[in-house]
Amino acid sequence: MTRQTFTERSFLAKNPSVLWFILILALFTLGVTVLSEAYGVAFISTSFVKTLGKTLCLCLVALAMDLIWGYAGILSLGHMAFFALGGYMLGMWLMYARTEEIVVAALAQGGLPATPEEVRQGIAVQIFGVVGASEFPPIWAFAHSFWGQLFLVVAVPGVLALIFGWLAFRSRVTGVYLSILTQAMTLALALYLFQNDSGLRGNNGLSGLQNLPGLSDVSQDDLSIWFFWASAFALGAGYVLLAWVVSGKFGSVIRAIRDDEQRVRFLGYSVEGYKLFVFTLTAVIAAIAGALYYPQAGIINPAELAPIASIYLAVWVAIGGRGRLYGAVIGAAFVSLLSSWFTGGRAPSIPLGFYTINWVDWWLVLLGLSFVAVTLFAPKGIGGLFDLWQGRRSPDRKGAALGPDDSSLQEKEAMK
Amino acid sequence: MSALLEVSGVSVTFDGFRAINNLSFSIGAQELRAIIGPNGAGKTTFMDIVTGKTRPDAGSVTFGERSVSLLSLTEAEIARIGVGRKFQRPTVFEDQSVAENLTMALKAHRAPWRVLFWKEGPQDRAKVDALAQEVGLADQLPRKAGELSHGQKQWLEIGMLLAQEPRLLLVDEPAAGMTLAEREHTTNLLVEMAKTRAVVVVEHDMDFVRRLNCKVTVLHEGAVLAEGSLDHVTKNQQVIEVYLGRG
Repeated sequence: MTRQTFTERSFLAKNPSVLWFILILALFTLGVTVLSEAYGVAFISTSFVKTLGKTLCLCLVALAMDLIWGYAGILSLGHMAFFALGGYMLGMWLMYARTEEIVVAALAQGGLPATPEEVRQGIAVQIFGVVGASEFPPIWAFAHSFWGQLFLVVAVPGVLALIFGWLAFRSRVTGVYLSILTQAMTLALALYLFQNDSGLRGNNGLSGLQNLPGLSDVSQDDLSIWFFWASAFALGAGYVLLAWVVSGKFGSVIRAIRDDEQRVRFLGYSVEGYKLFVFTLTAVIAAIAGALYYPQAGIINPAELAPIASIYLAVWVAIGGRGRLYGAVIGAAFVSLLSSWFTGGRAPSIPLGFYTINWVDWWLVLLGLSFVAVTLFAPKGIGGLFDLWQGRRSPDRKGAALGPDDSSLQEKEAMK
Repeated sequence: MSALLEVSGVSVTFDGFRAINNLSFSIGAQELRAIIGPNGAGKTTFMDIVTGKTRPDAGSVTFGERSVSLLSLTEAEIARIGVGRKFQRPTVFEDQSVAENLTMALKAHRAPWRVLFWKEGPQDRAKVDALAQEVGLADQLPRKAGELSHGQKQWLEIGMLLAQEPRLLLVDEPAAGMTLAEREHTTNLLVEMAKTRAVVVVEHDMDFVRRLNCKVTVLHEGAVLAEGSLDHVTKNQQVIEVYLGRG
């Protein structure tokens, strides 16, 4: 009797969806490039290229969310905080270096060459004048260094996730209590950043991030497509990495933790260690996605860390289909693009005579209803359609839970 | 014969209720032992203490030749030094295949980093196949554990325990809900396992205990009431009063 094992066939042969995903992503990237203003027939506007590039970043953070929620069963409602922190960390360098160019140019007109001290002072006034300060806060110590801030993109969210996760998982906080805790974390961080003396310009946030230092001659048309490529590459790499992570024994263990963590402990696995590992890994992936997202958005402010952002993330993954990686990508792309269409004022209003449905106001209601409908009637989400197509069926467990807890995966959610 | 597990003077109180009261218990390295007792006698709490799920208020629990104290270890660490536990309800990972369930349980490094880069070698595969053979699931390896019958799940769980290669096995009511033929198979498995390791079986069913043909410990109100062969303890007047008399 033959059976599949973890290494019987190569990783790609065993996971054909990875090849399909990379193929579709490559074709999509090529298509957008050919239709772009910079390198093609100018069918797609630069702002829409940016929207698509940002969507790819959202797909990447949705992948991270699917790993921690769909596979490891931890409903984190704080991962957009790591996303935004990644954006802030890269944004600091972008803003510093860009302002430096302006300040140096301005001082050069004065005739005498400016001293480094004058330049630094000039940058500080430019950046922090808006919050009534003229000194660099200590957290900007590495802002002059691209590599320094790039390191912080990974290090700051990673260390925060490590500390938060260690405290939460060590105390065995699980289920809805952990979700509430992660909401509290992102809310606290947002409130802190809203303060003017947080050192990150309070509610003004960081702006002008779409201008890359040293590349002022390059048009936004070109920049937008470069960032689009980078986002597509990051999404592809993230997909392959996570598909590899979940395909082996590690994936087996985290799915087991999702379904019955006490049993996993008695097998000798340190459940807390695994949760911490997954929490930190997904936080770092979210941060990298954020660092690619905000230069395309151009601006970041503390509203990006609002608890609702992380809830949206969970909604995307739920609608796309949790517990399968392509489901998360489909959900994030579908819902976020639909969302920008509805809220962008381009969706036609529906006149009912006595009332006109204006989608800018009603989109959230529609999204909420879709979320409820998906949860109730199609728990596998959009990704479940692929099962219909392939004719896959789950074993009939007569509706039994897959683990002893109420929070464990239910039969109707389980995929083959 | 030196003891593998030594429990002495252990007490646990839940909200004023004394679940375990100055309990002492020991078992040798290759011994089969049955624990019987009425509901609430502390059988499950005893297992919880040994496996680290519950911390006792007093007493000591030591394991192995070097008398490692289990009280300062986590559940996962206790499992890693060689204590396996089988629950009353079969708890296997229903969403994963029989092969995956067994592979996860195989004795190997348990740290996340090591597991991430773990690759199945030919010897791992041979071990999984041999285990499946041993518990009668060789034909079921690619199936999802959720599709198995109740008895098959029990065996899969026993197979997973064997895969861990524990030195001490704690088995909670293994025969519950099994057919007569399945019970017989289970009895043979347990007796076979006890030839190379210590096995503690908690059981209600007297016929099943008789078939195990081993030393019996009777628990009552969190303490040992009697110990010896089944015939010996069933003649004990106190045992008849608190346990057998009820049935």
